[in-house]
Amino acid sequence: MSAIVKLDQIYKSFGSNQVLKGVSFEVQKGEMIAIIGASGSGKSTALRCIDRLEKIDSGTIEVCGMRVDDPAVDLHKLRQEVGIVFQSYNLFPHLTVQENIMLALRHVKQQPKAQALTVSMAALEQVGLGNKADAYPEQLSGGQQQRVAIARSLAMAPKVMLFDEVTSALDPQLTGEVLRVMEDLAAGGMTMLLVTHEMAFAKRVADRIIYMHQGTVWEVGPGEMLDNPKTPELHAFLNNGL
Amino acid sequence: MGFSLNFAPLAPYWPVFLTGAWLTLKMTTVAIVVGVAIGTLIAFLKRGSNRYIAKACSAYIEAVRNTPFLVQIFLLYFGLASLGIHMPTFAAAVLAMIINIAAYAAEIIRAGLESVPKGQIEAAECLGLSRWRIAWHVMLQPSIERVYPALTSQFLLMMQASAMASQISAEELTAIANTVQSDTFRSLETYIVVAFMYLALSILVKLLAWGFGEYLFKRRRIIRRAALEAARRRPPAIPPFKPAAVVAAAAAANTTNTTNGSAS
Amino acid sequence: MIGSFSWGHFFYLVQSIWWTLVLSGLAFILGSIGGFGVMLARISPRRWLWMPTLVYIECIQGIPLLILLFIVYFGLSVYGFALPALVAAGLAMMVYTSAYLGDIWRGCVEAMPRPQWEAAECLSLTRWQTLRLVIIPQAFRLSLPPTVGFLVQVIKMTSLASVIGFIELTRAGQIINNSIFQPFLIFSLVGAFYFVLCYPLSRWSESMENKLNVSNR
Repeated sequence: MSAIVKLDQIYKSFGSNQVLKGVSFEVQKGEMIAIIGASGSGKSTALRCIDRLEKIDSGTIEVCGMRVDDPAVDLHKLRQEVGIVFQSYNLFPHLTVQENIMLALRHVKQQPKAQALTVSMAALEQVGLGNKADAYPEQLSGGQQQRVAIARSLAMAPKVMLFDEVTSALDPQLTGEVLRVMEDLAAGGMTMLLVTHEMAFAKRVADRIIYMHQGTVWEVGPGEMLDNPKTPELHAFLNNGL
Repeated sequence: MGFSLNFAPLAPYWPVFLTGAWLTLKMTTVAIVVGVAIGTLIAFLKRGSNRYIAKACSAYIEAVRNTPFLVQIFLLYFGLASLGIHMPTFAAAVLAMIINIAAYAAEIIRAGLESVPKGQIEAAECLGLSRWRIAWHVMLQPSIERVYPALTSQFLLMMQASAMASQISAEELTAIANTVQSDTFRSLETYIVVAFMYLALSILVKLLAWGFGEYLFKRRRIIRRAALEAARRRPPAIPPFKPAAVVAAAAAANTTNTTNGSAS
Repeated sequence: MIGSFSWGHFFYLVQSIWWTLVLSGLAFILGSIGGFGVMLARISPRRWLWMPTLVYIECIQGIPLLILLFIVYFGLSVYGFALPALVAAGLAMMVYTSAYLGDIWRGCVEAMPRPQWEAAECLSLTRWQTLRLVIIPQAFRLSLPPTVGFLVQVIKMTSLASVIGFIELTRAGQIINNSIFQPFLIFSLVGAFYFVLCYPLSRWSESMENKLNVSNR
C-alpha cells in the first residue's frame, strides 16, 4: 500500500538557521503518528511543511499523490485533503461556532446552506459540542474552543489531519477532553500526525512515534520505544521532559 | 456698552435652517459611504504586493492628511474651474470630502486589518478559502467592528469640516447661516443657533451610529445578553459562618478519630 | 491666464508662513494651558467640576471650528471689542484646542492602571501628590503621540483664520489668486508648504507611537 504522506530528505532553513536537515518518513493510511522532540528540533516546522505553510529548500513531500514541494501544486485541492489544527485554535471570533465550521463548507466545498448545517452539526456532535452551536468562541473554554477547531477541520472530510501541539496551551483539566476526541478520531480510522508533548498519550494511542533531534529523524518505533530508548539523546529527552 | 441677544428676527428662518441641516447631513452621508468604500480598497492596495501601487497609496494618504481641508476644497473647485471643468458647488464639496475621508478611512481600516492575528489567516488558508473570501470573512468583518468607534469619530469630524464648503458657496448649514445673518444683521445670534444645530446633528449621528452598530454587530448584543443571564443566575448562598458550631464539629471529629485509632 | 506667477508672489507666500506659525504656536500653547486645566477638572471626583467640563468638551467637539470662529469674532465685535483678526482667531482656537487636548490627556491619565493609584494610596500620598508624582509622569509618555498629532491639526486649522481676514498662508494664496487667477499652481504650492510644515510632525508622532507599542509588547 503506498504511503499517504511521504517526506524525503527535507531541508529547510530560516535565514541562517537550518531547522530541518534531511527529514524523511512515511505515513500509511489510517496510521496515527506522534512526533516528539525538544524545542527547536524542527517538529512543528516539518508538520507545517506538509500543508505548505512553509516552503522547503530541497527534498520532496508527497501527500495523497500530490507533490507539495512543486510550486505549481493545486493548493486549493491540497488543503481540502489535509486538515490542520493549531496550538492557538485560531477560531474566527466574529462568527458563532457553527458559522465557523460552515464558512469553508459553503465557500470552498460550495455546499448549499442546508447541507452545510447538517455536516457542521454532525462534526460538532462528534467532538461533543452539539449544544454549543450558537455560542461565540469567546464564551467557550480553551478546551471547547480547541474541540471546535478540530470539528472545523473534520467537517471538511480531509484524508489527513495534522495537529500542531494542540494541547500545549491548555491546562491539564482541559487537555483530557481534547485528547479523548483525538483518540476517537484515531479509532475511527483517520490518518493523523501530531506534534505533541503528551508522552503517555502518544505511547498509548500512536501506531508509531517519531523522535526528532536537531532537525533529523533520530528514532522511529512503536510506543514501547519510549520505555527502551536506543539512543542517548532520546533517553536524555525522556528523562528531562522537554 | 450693553447689548442684549435678540433671537426673534431669526424665528421665520426656521425652515431655512432645517434645510441647511438636512443638506449638511446629506452631503456628509454620501461622502462617508463612498469615502469608506474607496478607503477600504486603498487599505488593501496599500498592504498588497505591488510596491508601486502601495507607495502611490501612501503618497495620496500623506498628502491629504498633511494639508488643510480648506486648501483641498479650493484646489479642487478653483483648480478644476481653471482647467475648464465647472462643477456644481455641492458636487465639488462632496468630491473633496470623499477624497479626504477615503485617506483617513484607509489608515483606520488598515490598522484594523493589521490587528487580525496571523494565525486566523493561516487557519483560513488551510481550510482552502480563496484570498477574496479570506479578505472579506476573516479580515474585513472583524476589522470593521474593531475600528467602528474610530470611523464614527471620523464621520463627526467630517460633518464639522463640511462647514468649510460654505467658502465655495456650497449649500449647507454654514452657508445658510451666512445668508441669514446678512439678512437679519443678527450675526451672533445666528451663529449661536447654528452651533446648537450642529450639536443636535452630532447627537443624532452618534445615536444613529450606535443603533447601526448594534444591528450590524449582533455578536456584541448576544454576548452582552449572555453575560447578563449569567450574572442573574447567582451562585447558591453560602450558609452563615457559625464559629461555635465549627469548633464543636471539629471536637467531635477528633474524638471519633481517636476512638478509631488509625492515622488518617 | 491674467498674470503670471512671479518670485514676488512666491516670497509673499513664504512670508505668510510666519503668521501661520505664530497663530499655530499661540493656539497650541494657550490651548495646552487651558487643556491641562480642562483635564484636571474632568478627572476630578467633584460633580460640580467634571459635569460642566464634560458638557464644555462635548459642546466644543460638536461644533465646527468655523462656527466657533464666527461666534468669537462677531460676538466680540457686537460687544464693542473691535479686535484684530489674529486675537479673535487665537481666542477661538485656544477654546477649541483646550477642549480637544483636555480630552486627549484625560484619556491618557485614565489609561493608567488602577494598581498605580492603589500603590500610591497605600503609601499615604494625597490625590494631588499621586497625580503629580506618579500618574502624570507616566501618562505624559503615552500622551506624546496624540498631542503631536493634534499639533498637526492645529497648523491645518489656522487656514480657517483666512475666512475672517487674517493673512496667513491660505489667505495669502487667495489674495494672489484673486489677482493672477492661477488656482491650480497657487493652491498646490500652498498645499506643498503646509505639507512641509506638517509631514515631519506626523512622522515624529508615528515613530513615537511605534516605540511605545514595541515597549508595550
